[in-house]
Amino acid sequence: MIATARAGKTTKPRKVKVRRPPDEGWREFVTPEGVDLRLRIGTYAERAGAFVLDVLIIVGVLIAFTVLLALAAWGANKVNVKMEATGLVAGIIWLLGGFVLRNFYFIGFELRSGGATPGKRALGLRVAARNGGRLTADAVFARNAMRELEVFLPASFLFARGLGVDAGLIVLGGIWSGVFVLFPLFNRDRLRLGDLAAGTMVVRAPKRVLRPDLAQAAPVSVEGTAFTEAQLDVYGIKELHVLENVLRQGDRRTVAEVSERIRSKIAWDGPMISDRSFLNAYYAALRARLEGRMLFGHRRADKFDKA
Amino acid sequence: MAELQLKSHRFRAEREADWRRLEALLARVDRRGARALKRDELLEAPVLYRQALSSLSMARSISLDRGLIDYLESLCTRAYFFVYGARSRPLERLAGFFVYEWPRAVQALWRETVVAALLGVVGTVVSFILVRRDPDWFYAFMPGEVTAGRDPTATTAFLRETLHGKGEHHEGLGALATFLFTHNSQVALFAFALGFALCLPTAALMIFNGCMLGAFLALFASRGLGLESTGWLMIHGVTELSAVTLAGAAGFSIGWSAAFPGDRHRVDAVARAGRRASVVMGGVIVMLFVAGLLEGFARQLVQPLPARLGIAVASAAMWGVYLYTPRRVRR
Repeated sequence: MIATARAGKTTKPRKVKVRRPPDEGWREFVTPEGVDLRLRIGTYAERAGAFVLDVLIIVGVLIAFTVLLALAAWGANKVNVKMEATGLVAGIIWLLGGFVLRNFYFIGFELRSGGATPGKRALGLRVAARNGGRLTADAVFARNAMRELEVFLPASFLFARGLGVDAGLIVLGGIWSGVFVLFPLFNRDRLRLGDLAAGTMVVRAPKRVLRPDLAQAAPVSVEGTAFTEAQLDVYGIKELHVLENVLRQGDRRTVAEVSERIRSKIAWDGPMISDRSFLNAYYAALRARLEGRMLFGHRRADKFDKA
Repeated sequence: MAELQLKSHRFRAEREADWRRLEALLARVDRRGARALKRDELLEAPVLYRQALSSLSMARSISLDRGLIDYLESLCTRAYFFVYGARSRPLERLAGFFVYEWPRAVQALWRETVVAALLGVVGTVVSFILVRRDPDWFYAFMPGEVTAGRDPTATTAFLRETLHGKGEHHEGLGALATFLFTHNSQVALFAFALGFALCLPTAALMIFNGCMLGAFLALFASRGLGLESTGWLMIHGVTELSAVTLAGAAGFSIGWSAAFPGDRHRVDAVARAGRRASVVMGGVIVMLFVAGLLEGFARQLVQPLPARLGIAVASAAMWGVYLYTPRRVRR
């Protein structure tokens, strides 16, 4: 047994490190109709930014209340109201008001049809149910009840003071609650604990405008811009999309360079037309060719694809 | 001629008007909410959404226009969130939470609640007996800052004084505010949070909380103030201890499904339990709030013992009936 085990050990192939492409956060998201919407998970920076914005808004509201209170106290001072009482009320505004406001702010906004707090909305984020279904009220409650735990608990350890055994306990508690804070860093979907508990995730929901079809916009019949099949078979879908990007951005120098490359690659000997209209014509022709083949079941991924 | 060659052109030309219409509807909803739509527009939206979805899957298989597909993805996503998003107004949903969701979640956790309550009772009884036998045990159970002079060395007169609110240095809203951010809400939060660690810390917290209660009662009982101290404590204690017990139950349910996920994945099981448990916690925070109100106001205003005990019993009955009346399952 031992011998075979050793033999097994020696023949064990060396681990080959497979370098995975970096995760750009695209996730499958299948609607009840069965179509994959391909959502993108919000990045750490976006989510932290949204949270900071929200906190700033809450603190701003609290400060506004305090200022109002101070003004009221200043007005009432002529009628002799104790300063102590105003101090007490200010304390209550910050403790209670802060408590009520931060809970109802997040829950209230996420329950609306936008599914996002003002901070999230500003950064183009929103909350979605992970299973593709409706975002339910209890999910919103759950993800925000946990927020209390993720922010409040570590903060209370941070501000706790103690000596000896107490200090040790505080440090341990801080480490333990640090797990909650850092939780989003250690899972693929960047879920915080509240998201995990509620079955939600935070996704990007950007707005896009419908731009004109490039092949349509191209001056269709420039004299003599007919490409042979061999000239069109040089590229695949990936290159088509790169070309689309170049044309949509319309940077003069890039257009010139790309057009030069393509002309030499396909050994272009047609009439001398401008770079832009040459690329437009080539784009339209290439797309027609690739789409035509796609209809017959040949999806040519890129220029190395010989299918 | 090129226009006719490309099927994706015709595809786009035929459907573009519908997409634009859906986009216009969504833009109005974004600006002014679902109320901005008229009735027939509301009915039209899901139809347009499904058309857009079918366009999207079609476009993915026949068109190579990246711009078009990106646009359709974004349009469908926005429409999806509108069609499958929240429909009722926040206030309605808040009402739904208190009428259905919270009581139902609490009822579903009855086993854990029984366990948490039993642990608390065991702690109370044990520490009560220990402190009655030997008052020195008191110091083992009560942290110094909570007692504020109420320990075995205090005189009976002083102890009686504390029960009638003369020695309180803060009252009213101030007491409520400090309350929310001190001992009890922390115990509740901890009991819930530590549930992830396979129930054990939560169990310890439940027992320890019971021990404090038992030690406190034993001290006052040894001076013949047992009933009075019960009244003083239970006027808000019923609500508060129920809240802490429910928080413990919520912690237990999470810890239990982390330890024994059954035939689900561990993460899924925890997520499921966490969802229910945090609904319970949402309500627990409200209970703690009510307990704070009772402690801050009712205890100062209501001094006679029978009235205090009456409020305690009434609040027990109220929470019991409210939380454990069977609810119809909606839908």
